[in-house]
Amino acid sequence: MKLHLLAASLLAASVAFAGAASAESVLRIKPSGDVKALDPMLGSDSMARNYGYMIYDTLFALDADLKIQPQMVEKWTTSDDGKTYSFTLREGLKFSDGAPVTSKDVISSLKRWSVNDSLGQQMMAKGATFAEVDVHTFTLSLSKPWGLVLDALGKAGAPVPFIMPARVADATPPTTPVTDYTGSGPFMFLAKEWVPGAKLAFARNPNYTPRAEPASGLAGGKVAKMDRVEWVIIPDQQTALDALSKREIDINEDVSADLIPLAKEAKGVTVAKQDDIGVAQQIRLNTIQPPFNNLKLREALLYAVNGDDFLAAVISDPSLGKACKSFYTCSSPYHTEAGFPSPDLEKAKKMVAESGYDGTPAVLLDATENTNIHAFVTVADQLLQEIGIKTKVEAMDWATVTSRRASKEPVDAGGWSIFISGPGGLDFLEPVGHLGLRSNCEKAWFGWPCDADIEAMRASFADLTNLDERKALAEKIQLRALETVPYIPIATQYQIRTYRDDLSGLLTPPAPVYWNVERK
Amino acid sequence: MLTFVCRRLLSTIPVMLFIALFVFSLLYLAPGDPAALIAGDQASQTEIDAIRVTLGLDQPFYIRFVGWLGHALRGDLGVSIFSQLPVTTLIGQRLEPTLSLMLLTVIISVCIAVPMGVLAAANQGRWIDRIVMAVAVFGFSVPVFVVGYLLSWVFAIRLDLLPVQGYTPLAEGFAPFLANLILPAIALSCVYIALIARITRTSMIDVLSQDYIRTARAKGLGQGPVLFIHALKNASVPIVTVIGIGIALLIGGAVVTETVFAIPGVGRLVVDAILRRDYPVIQGVVLLFSVAYVLINLAIDLLYTVLDPRVRY
Repeated sequence: MKLHLLAASLLAASVAFAGAASAESVLRIKPSGDVKALDPMLGSDSMARNYGYMIYDTLFALDADLKIQPQMVEKWTTSDDGKTYSFTLREGLKFSDGAPVTSKDVISSLKRWSVNDSLGQQMMAKGATFAEVDVHTFTLSLSKPWGLVLDALGKAGAPVPFIMPARVADATPPTTPVTDYTGSGPFMFLAKEWVPGAKLAFARNPNYTPRAEPASGLAGGKVAKMDRVEWVIIPDQQTALDALSKREIDINEDVSADLIPLAKEAKGVTVAKQDDIGVAQQIRLNTIQPPFNNLKLREALLYAVNGDDFLAAVISDPSLGKACKSFYTCSSPYHTEAGFPSPDLEKAKKMVAESGYDGTPAVLLDATENTNIHAFVTVADQLLQEIGIKTKVEAMDWATVTSRRASKEPVDAGGWSIFISGPGGLDFLEPVGHLGLRSNCEKAWFGWPCDADIEAMRASFADLTNLDERKALAEKIQLRALETVPYIPIATQYQIRTYRDDLSGLLTPPAPVYWNVERK
Repeated sequence: MLTFVCRRLLSTIPVMLFIALFVFSLLYLAPGDPAALIAGDQASQTEIDAIRVTLGLDQPFYIRFVGWLGHALRGDLGVSIFSQLPVTTLIGQRLEPTLSLMLLTVIISVCIAVPMGVLAAANQGRWIDRIVMAVAVFGFSVPVFVVGYLLSWVFAIRLDLLPVQGYTPLAEGFAPFLANLILPAIALSCVYIALIARITRTSMIDVLSQDYIRTARAKGLGQGPVLFIHALKNASVPIVTVIGIGIALLIGGAVVTETVFAIPGVGRLVVDAILRRDYPVIQGVVLLFSVAYVLINLAIDLLYTVLDPRVRY
């Protein structure tokens, strides 16, 4: 009897507590990770990028069809010689502290962003200079035409060129996180409620003026329909699913593949793809040290890897991943399978035998706390052995992988041969911003592939404006990359989110955003 | 007594220094780079190096250690590499959930385990004793997270009586506070109950064979007063010792429990910090745990004098 009374009183207290909290509309989300540093321009952390979209706005943005649309910009013009751009900001734009957004703020933000972003760096390398014309208008001048200006200003891959007050951008070096969270976006960050690693809270920004158009992807009217959004960090996936089933949270951004069948059975819960771009799972090869400094071995891997085998190790539903035989993500306008070989294990074995392989073991870095990576490493290990390459799997955590992969030493001196990673597919859409195809030796991504032809073609891609010409060049770059094999694409894997089915207006851009969302 | 307390407190200083140096050395030697994590997966080595310089991670070991120690001696444990918040603030945010969880666990454990142990000792060799010991073995054997999931499934999902996750501060009301903590505390107390119950039983069996217990019974005292007034007090020194030692067990268990029930406590703080190599936070929490452990042991030593008048310092 006493137990029942206690339970009843606890239940009543929980209901009363929930009731008190429901006076304002609150959206509770379990994000796919935690924000490591509250500065989206500091690096390429996707969680910092997602946080950025909550509180900052951009000059341009990708719409639902991945087309660049104006966002904070009202109008823009390009000079006949293609070297000068003039941008005019929308009237009435304000920061969350009520101060107007000016050209000076935009110029300072873009300068800070360009230090850490590869497209920004390329733009500045074209002699980019900014000039303030008036409070709402500024110009961008280049020493020679560059076709990716709008793509750079509207990019959605981290770091995104978000607009922050000049006093913050100017005072904070690009290698130090900002501590003033005044933003230009639809929500405001509630710094006093921040519990790092546990909770981030946002409130509707009363000073934000959305565009009149309907929301589309990351573009259009960013109308915050909820008073408050809370990001609740729940480290355990099963607990997150239970919390969603009990309405303690409204959205779980990233469900692990093994729980998807359970999520589909949960009452009142919808299971859907976060977006159609997904992540680009890949085998990254160390091209400067044995054994994979041997091109023949890298070519053999192209024949050995079958993306479907890798996907089968982590997902049971084929719709959750796609093994595209391309260096570009499946949804990229430049996606092509031209030149990509079909899996052929026997041919791979033969190529290894003919490669002159000296028996140096391939060291595979295995971030065991990541279910996907661990499964992929296991498959890769077996595959390498099957085609005749000796292996050594080294178990570690992801933090260790991130420092170990920087080593250029031989494998017997702390080096590495393979790590597996799944960066966001946005960085694999086109050749210029392409993380994996960069072949500029020391400056390339870990593995340091080196090829002047690819670099020349990537550079000329930016000068093209015609889509067909760009597609043709993208294909040529892929064909050349198949000769140099900077890395081995595995598959595109989709991020799956679950949410309460009383929510409407959820958008599906390549970064999770929460304007336009309301409870039915 | 005062001399003893002062001497014990002074002796913690070299212990703390050694722990600080040991942990700092381990972290220095451990692979992993927080700058690479901040910079993100796509960053170039040049960008990562720039962040390392900004964070001072390019400095040699002794400069970093002496700098950190100097600040720590002034009560400044530094700032988190990632959040840029003071470590003391981060620990302060997380202390209430963890202390609440541990306190409730200790209360539940002692209230259940001590009577269980006494009952088993009083019925040594009989079925009650065997059931208590079977429960103890079960408590030892089942991992905390399994108990946590089971409790959550039954009371939060099936019966819909309690929340699945989270923490409500005490300031927002006792009932919601208890509603969030009761399941994690029960899950965490399983091992603790098993440990205390076994020690209580053993200690009580030893005491119950003493002459003065036979005398107490001979003069007509009932079973209750004999067990709980005469025997339990004299058997309590090892029980109190185990409760104290068990705090270390609780700290480890709290990490798992806080993860399963998404409680924003110190356990999760340190696990996240380790995974990210947030060195100042790891150092700060390890120091906190060390100080807590030393002080708990001191409190237990002092408690001996209350429980056993023969103990003098």
